[in-house]
Amino acid sequence: MNDSREWTPQAVQAEIDALKHKPGALLPILHALQDRFDHVPEGAVPIIAESLGLTRAEVHGVISFYHHFRTSPPGRHVVQVCRAEACQARGARTLEAHAKATLGVGYHQTTADREITLEAVYCLGNCACGPSVRVDDQILGRVTPESFDALVDELRTQPLEVLG
Amino acid sequence: MSVRVFVPRDTTALSLGADAVATGLEREAERRGLELTVVRNGSRGLAWLEPLVEVETPAGRVAYGPVTPADVPSLLDEGLLEGRDGHALAQGPTESIPYLARQQRLTFARIGVTDPLSVDDYKAHDGFRGLEAALALEPQDIVEEVKASGLRGRGGAAFPTGIKWQTVLDTPADQKYIVCNADEGDSGTFADRLIMECDPYVLIEGMAIAGLAVNATQGYIYLRSEYPLAKEILDDAIARAEAAGYLGDDLQGSGRAFHLEVRLGAGAYICGEETSLLESLEGKRGLVRFKPPLPAIEGLFGRPTVVNNVLSLAAVPFILAEGAQAYANHGMGRSRGTLALQLAGNVQRGGLVELAFGTTLRTLMEEFGGGTASGRPLRAVQVGGPLCAYLPENQWDMPLDYETFAEVGAGVGHGGVVMFDDSVDMAEQARFSMEFCKVESCGKCTPCRIGSTRGVEVIDRIRANENRDANLELLGELCETMEDGSLCAMGGMTPFPVQSALKYFPDDFQRAPEGDRS
Ligand SMILES: Cc1cc2nc3c(=O)[nH]c(=O)nc-3n(C[C@H](O)[C@H](O)[C@H](O)COP(=O)(O)O)c2cc1C
Ligand code: SF4
Ligand code: FES
Repeated sequence: MNDSREWTPQAVQAEIDALKHKPGALLPILHALQDRFDHVPEGAVPIIAESLGLTRAEVHGVISFYHHFRTSPPGRHVVQVCRAEACQARGARTLEAHAKATLGVGYHQTTADREITLEAVYCLGNCACGPSVRVDDQILGRVTPESFDALVDELRTQPLEVLG
Repeated sequence: MSVRVFVPRDTTALSLGADAVATGLEREAERRGLELTVVRNGSRGLAWLEPLVEVETPAGRVAYGPVTPADVPSLLDEGLLEGRDGHALAQGPTESIPYLARQQRLTFARIGVTDPLSVDDYKAHDGFRGLEAALALEPQDIVEEVKASGLRGRGGAAFPTGIKWQTVLDTPADQKYIVCNADEGDSGTFADRLIMECDPYVLIEGMAIAGLAVNATQGYIYLRSEYPLAKEILDDAIARAEAAGYLGDDLQGSGRAFHLEVRLGAGAYICGEETSLLESLEGKRGLVRFKPPLPAIEGLFGRPTVVNNVLSLAAVPFILAEGAQAYANHGMGRSRGTLALQLAGNVQRGGLVELAFGTTLRTLMEEFGGGTASGRPLRAVQVGGPLCAYLPENQWDMPLDYETFAEVGAGVGHGGVVMFDDSVDMAEQARFSMEFCKVESCGKCTPCRIGSTRGVEVIDRIRANENRDANLELLGELCETMEDGSLCAMGGMTPFPVQSALKYFPDDFQRAPEGDRS
């Protein structure tokens, strides 16, 4: 067993083989790869293409169409700030500007210490309690610039996970 | 005897600290030697009171909210376990809270009441009665029932659900599909999420009935990737429904099969459009298809496919269990049944409000919503999502009904109501509509792909006071081109919020540029 986030052709092939029998398997496969390696490695593209009988260009085309898929590893945490209307009505524009300024990065960028990748998102379905932020798989409501700073501090001080 | 205490675990309650409240209650009870069992229910949809803690008493459930972990000791001191009144957070009997008591909950009758994953709880609250009724009927009879209910698609286009099902039933094929559109991309909407997280079996049941109605044996729920908790809950619920014989090869010993699988989208708003969604399910880029052929005739993998919104499918179990007439008795004109309204944005009491068609926005925003959260005057409301108009005050008294809204160029859409106070800059909102279209366009046709980019630029020039009049005229023409020339509603409707901002809030386009103010 190897749960490493480092990708290998064998690990990629194993994820593909587990799913390729499904009709319309490409999206489930890309999700599985990104869940496992935090991104869809460039080197996986020819293996996917070969396994599904597609061209590399087709696989690339799909990866680049969707906002969710990334081709390089993100920071240790992904922080998404909701930019959509209901959150705007509750101060999301100020929060966005604050997030960029305190982290010192723009959207789709990662902080220099590789801790946090900042992303934009258009609605998290938490619109009655905005502004909303998603940190990895957790959603936070009524986020203020102050609570955002506290969150970032907490993310940065979490003990390192021990990989087995 | 151990007292049952309910702490919701939907996304909103969790986003406001419900997990910490649940552990806080357990720890504090142990410390005091009190016996309580925490049940993680769904949400009642009263987002402004979340986390809403309820306690089961001989006189029914009593509510406290919004509760933070710090409130737990004082709540226990002041008799939470007996459901006593007196604490500042006490809301009295849950079902008597006016916000909830005044609703007409048909589709959402069970949310927050049950443990979302318990099949027994679901059955104890009338669950699977619609499916049992459907198993005794011929497909055509099920379709007739849905037609008679007057149900129209809740995903935006309001097309009669029964007619769509009839087309799929009438189209011969070796395989047919039921696809649930759970892409819920519109800002200000969360009703689909509440169904999936708080009452997943009602959606599963609705899809199984749809399968029986059109002879489809496979269903897919296309769920947006922004909803990780809904994914977890649905996967679990599907496995339990299979184990209980409500999904699988032999539904309740009838010999009829229906299989269900959740598929995740990948962060593309356009994949809510039904043909783009089908492309995505087939593993391709989510490019919009030309229609015809309709998905009902050539849909997923070229086969006849029902594509319905979560709320349309979740309305079906009630219709089959209680009869079409019981549903059709609600509503006005050609808008039958109930509408799931979602109060969002700058609102004091945000949440889910299910009412028969016909209420006004003002009733909703004032009597339910309690006005703005900021306490400042309300200025604009966007109903129906990012592709629909912003409405000024003189339009808040129209009854919510598909036809009435369409007459004034507005939309009911998926029922999202996003409120803005007077600090909103409508030129900035118009710019955002264009920017959103630019980010989310599928790129297949020019008016939308290029038009949205040009739209952002033109609005920037207007806001910077460069050739304002000429640029305002240009923006008008651009909007017309997008409206007339786009292949789908993404490009075709993006002009609506922009034009409404220009029409109803013209002053915001006449301000001095940023640097010149003060
Ligand atoms: C740009 C665009 C986005 C859409 N997004 C959604 C969505 O998120 N959910 C949804 O159910 N319908 C959405 N629709 C409407 C669907 O195309 C389709 O009409 C609907 O899923 C049909 O189901 P219904 O008849 O039950 O409403 C969207 C349409 C367009 C043009
Ligand atoms: S209008 Fe926009 S989203 Fe719709 S088909 Fe054209 S480019 Fe695609
Ligand atoms: S608009 Fe931000 S969560 Fe919906």
